[in-house]
Amino acid sequence: METPTKLPPSSPSSPTTGFSVPSAEKVDGFPRRSMRRARQRRSHSSSQFRYQSSQVELTPLPLLKDAPVAELHDLFCKKLQQCCVLFDFLDCVADLKGKEIKRAALNELVESVATSRGVLIEPLYPEAIKMISVNIFRTLPPSENPEFDPEEDEPALEASWPHLQLVYEFFLRFLESPDFQPSLAKRYVDQKFVLQLLELFDSEDPREREYLKTILHRVYGKLLGLRAYIRKQINNIFLRFIYETERFNGVAELLEILGSIINGFALPLKSEHKQFLVRVLIPLHTAKSLSIFHAQLAYCVVQFMEKDATVTEHIIRGLLRYWPKTCTQKEVMFLGEIEEILDVIEPSQFIRVQEPLFKQIAACISSPHFQVAERALYFWNNEYILSLIEENCQVILPLVFGTLYRVSKEHWNQTIISLIYNVLKTFMEMNSKLFDDLTASYKVEKQKELKKEKERAELWRNLEDLQDRRLQSLTEASRNQKNLQERENTTKSQSETSAANTT
Amino acid sequence: MAGADSDDSLYPIAVLIDELRNEDVQLRLNSIKKLSTIALALGVERTRTELLPFLTDTIYDEDEVLLALAEQLGNFTMLVGGPEYVHCLLPPLESLATVEETVVRDKAVESLRKISHEHSPVDLEVHFEPLVKRLASGDWFTSRTSACGLFSVCYPRVSSTVKAEIRQHFRTLCSDDTPMVRRAAASKLGEFAKVLELEYVKSDIISLFTALASDEQDSVRLLAVEAGVSIATLLPQEDLEALVMPTLRQAAEDKSWRVRYMVADKFSDLQKAVGPEITKNDLVPAFQNLLKDCEAEVRAAAANKVKEFCENLPEDSRETIIMTHILPCVKELVSDTNQHVKSALASVIMGLSTILGKDNTIEHLLPLFLAQLKDECPEVRLNIISNLDCVNEVIGIRQLSQSLLPAIVELAEDAKWRVRLAIIEYMPLLAGQLGVEFFDEKLNSLCMAWLVDHVYAIREAATGNLMKLVEKFGAEWAQNTIVPKVLGMANDPNYLHRMTTLFCINALSEVCGQEITTKHMLPVVFKMSNDQVANVRFNVAKSLQKIGPVLDSNCLQTEVKPVLEKLASDQDMDVKYFAQEAISVLSLA
Repeated sequence: METPTKLPPSSPSSPTTGFSVPSAEKVDGFPRRSMRRARQRRSHSSSQFRYQSSQVELTPLPLLKDAPVAELHDLFCKKLQQCCVLFDFLDCVADLKGKEIKRAALNELVESVATSRGVLIEPLYPEAIKMISVNIFRTLPPSENPEFDPEEDEPALEASWPHLQLVYEFFLRFLESPDFQPSLAKRYVDQKFVLQLLELFDSEDPREREYLKTILHRVYGKLLGLRAYIRKQINNIFLRFIYETERFNGVAELLEILGSIINGFALPLKSEHKQFLVRVLIPLHTAKSLSIFHAQLAYCVVQFMEKDATVTEHIIRGLLRYWPKTCTQKEVMFLGEIEEILDVIEPSQFIRVQEPLFKQIAACISSPHFQVAERALYFWNNEYILSLIEENCQVILPLVFGTLYRVSKEHWNQTIISLIYNVLKTFMEMNSKLFDDLTASYKVEKQKELKKEKERAELWRNLEDLQDRRLQSLTEASRNQKNLQERENTTKSQSETSAANTT
Repeated sequence: MAGADSDDSLYPIAVLIDELRNEDVQLRLNSIKKLSTIALALGVERTRTELLPFLTDTIYDEDEVLLALAEQLGNFTMLVGGPEYVHCLLPPLESLATVEETVVRDKAVESLRKISHEHSPVDLEVHFEPLVKRLASGDWFTSRTSACGLFSVCYPRVSSTVKAEIRQHFRTLCSDDTPMVRRAAASKLGEFAKVLELEYVKSDIISLFTALASDEQDSVRLLAVEAGVSIATLLPQEDLEALVMPTLRQAAEDKSWRVRYMVADKFSDLQKAVGPEITKNDLVPAFQNLLKDCEAEVRAAAANKVKEFCENLPEDSRETIIMTHILPCVKELVSDTNQHVKSALASVIMGLSTILGKDNTIEHLLPLFLAQLKDECPEVRLNIISNLDCVNEVIGIRQLSQSLLPAIVELAEDAKWRVRLAIIEYMPLLAGQLGVEFFDEKLNSLCMAWLVDHVYAIREAATGNLMKLVEKFGAEWAQNTIVPKVLGMANDPNYLHRMTTLFCINALSEVCGQEITTKHMLPVVFKMSNDQVANVRFNVAKSLQKIGPVLDSNCLQTEVKPVLEKLASDQDMDVKYFAQEAISVLSLA
């Protein structure tokens, strides 16, 4: 049985999370776009108002705390119904009285469900879920900025937040109430409900996503029947994000929930979960906006490894396959994740991946971008990694030696050169014999490579000659055939004319 | 041929495969891109028996390599021995059609579609159709997504039993568990409907269309809209109302703005597909709603279609519909809160004047044009100005000139250089329509002011503009109005402005003709050859090279040649270079 662990303590009202990602380090000293076009936070409306035919006039109801016990449930229900009325927040002076009445009612409902026992009786469930659905489920409006860049731009904030927040708060208290009975709730919080809830994670408003995260986590924890469905739908959202739209605002929040879910997976891992790792989590690394959710993603990946070490090879080979080719910022993130992985890798697993891995690390060391080279060289400062390297020095040193030797001579950045000298020194101390052998054979190896290169060029030249000859003989053949036909035709016509002549 | 065959032994497959397996991705990629060379070297037989099995087995590589492979295989028919053997290409392409990366998969599907036409009907049933079936029932969503694109290419050429199977498979995929597959099916629904017999369109496709159009995910519903348009063109008029319209009406009212946007975006196609009667009864109110939609995206998409929609209305009731139903909405859009909506409208609104005729234009549209000409957003004003020719044909531009002028002046001085650039482009058009007097009086000074703009792109465009104006108004006009001003700049203290004189001369010499060039321009150019700034001097050399062909040979020999020779011995190397180039181009050496 899987049990989701608690999310890191975070009160949704103050959206700071334990995992919050520092936006990628900005060290180049250039002013960023966001500074140049500092914009006012904008509010936006949801498309929901067109569906309300006529605005209802709200009248304040008596306070819940003053109600006699016998009428409490009835009044609670009436308040829920009252809160189903929606208001236009873009017009900030419209129906202020009504807005205030609804706000007060919502506040009362929140307080009542949070503090008093015995309020949540069965008939209230459908009413409560209906009120929640009517308020939160809406088609999210189009982003006002079509090139919205979550890293650079201010998000558009939900205009109706004063009410929406209270509705979310109510939903959360409802789920957390000691009186909450999953067996009753599951009739109303069903698959369709969850699907709509998941779609809201695309909201641009971080406050909303924060609430959704906590709420979905509670739903996952309490309504066991929905777990597989939730996981499947999250998969679909991710796959659409990776392969279709590249746009979804709530990836980080969903990953955060998954991080705690993975922790609770039972062993041995089900194939569904392995598939999720290999076909969803690893490909998520290809996203352009990786920096926004990389911390959460790396956490999930490491969680998987800690659960079951046999997935290590899939992970490392997957990362190597999707290794960034042109984006150095992402390359630094990948290196960071590799270090996190190596921190917890089992030595037996390390041996299985060391070859391709250190080829990539060597490639990073020779990167002309000093941050990439530096990040890779920092691996040698990590004691556990160093111990793994030492154990497998015979394999690893030959893989990286050529690069270290070359880069130590030609890198433009002084820091990198001194880091490389340290690494070379470490290797020399590890295995001086091997080191000397490699130094001695370096030139020979270089020669061999050059020779091989020449042979390749030769091979292709020959192949291309051959191709030309073949193509020529093909065209010749077709030309001959054509000529033949023509000749036949002419001889035919000649014979015809000669026949005509003879007659 | 025998000689060519004998050197096969030179290239054992292993060597070539080594190339395809090279550790360096870039080298691997290069080899894959030259796969046809390898195949030619191996010959058709060994390509079939050795190369293709290798390619099929080793499909786990970088997506970039796979993409190149998928593309190559689409052109491989001749290399495996012609259509008779084309089915040999199916196994590797089948694997490629199941990979995760969309671009690779799409390319594999594209190649499969291409080679499907090279299959004989028998091979199609024996080899191709089973592949489609396997993909359609694959475990992972990727293969099922790929299958969606292959049904329509094999359907027309197979037996009726197989056809029934194909329809069944397509039905299954339309209700697939994963939205990715449903989206793929929805996007191919229209294409598939086109190859089906009409009875099956009615019995099968309609129900699939209805189901997809009410899918729980809006990303699926919006794709159904486009399919709806294709389906509507296939059905006889009398069936449309019952089979398609309920669904389309519902799409136009969908709760997701994305779906409504799609309806607005496809509105003209839809209108053509359903014909005049349904347009009058259904589409007109639907279009009104879209123009009044609560989301700006939808309104902008609908506003873009206003002209096309009105144009395609049935002639007998066109004017009434526009005047009573469309125009009121258009009037509201003119003062919309969203600038994209207004500028979408501004790009088409002028087209309404040809449809409505002179009187209606003056009474109803003119106020709108004028309002948009005064809009706060430059893009709106530009869009109006760029379409002035439509109005000109109907009421003449003079009606507008009073409002036009301030709008042009404001755009001409806009802080954004791209806006200034855009208005310059319309100057020749405006000048032609407003006439030479109006131009001289009001606009000439603007055109001259652009010549000293601080952005090079504007100065450059202004030069080209002058040339077009001279083409319109003639050399005499040029000599009287612009040439003196241009030549006056030759004495400007700013060398950039002095160079502008040269650029103008380059542009104007040909349209102004030999006389003006020799008499007025050439002396100024000569004088500038003594400029203290080297950039000006080498531009003199370039200018002389440029205007040389306009001059007579006597002038070239006696006047131009000495100046160029002097420049050719300049101390600045660039000046020397360009002077020498001019000498050789003009053959003065």
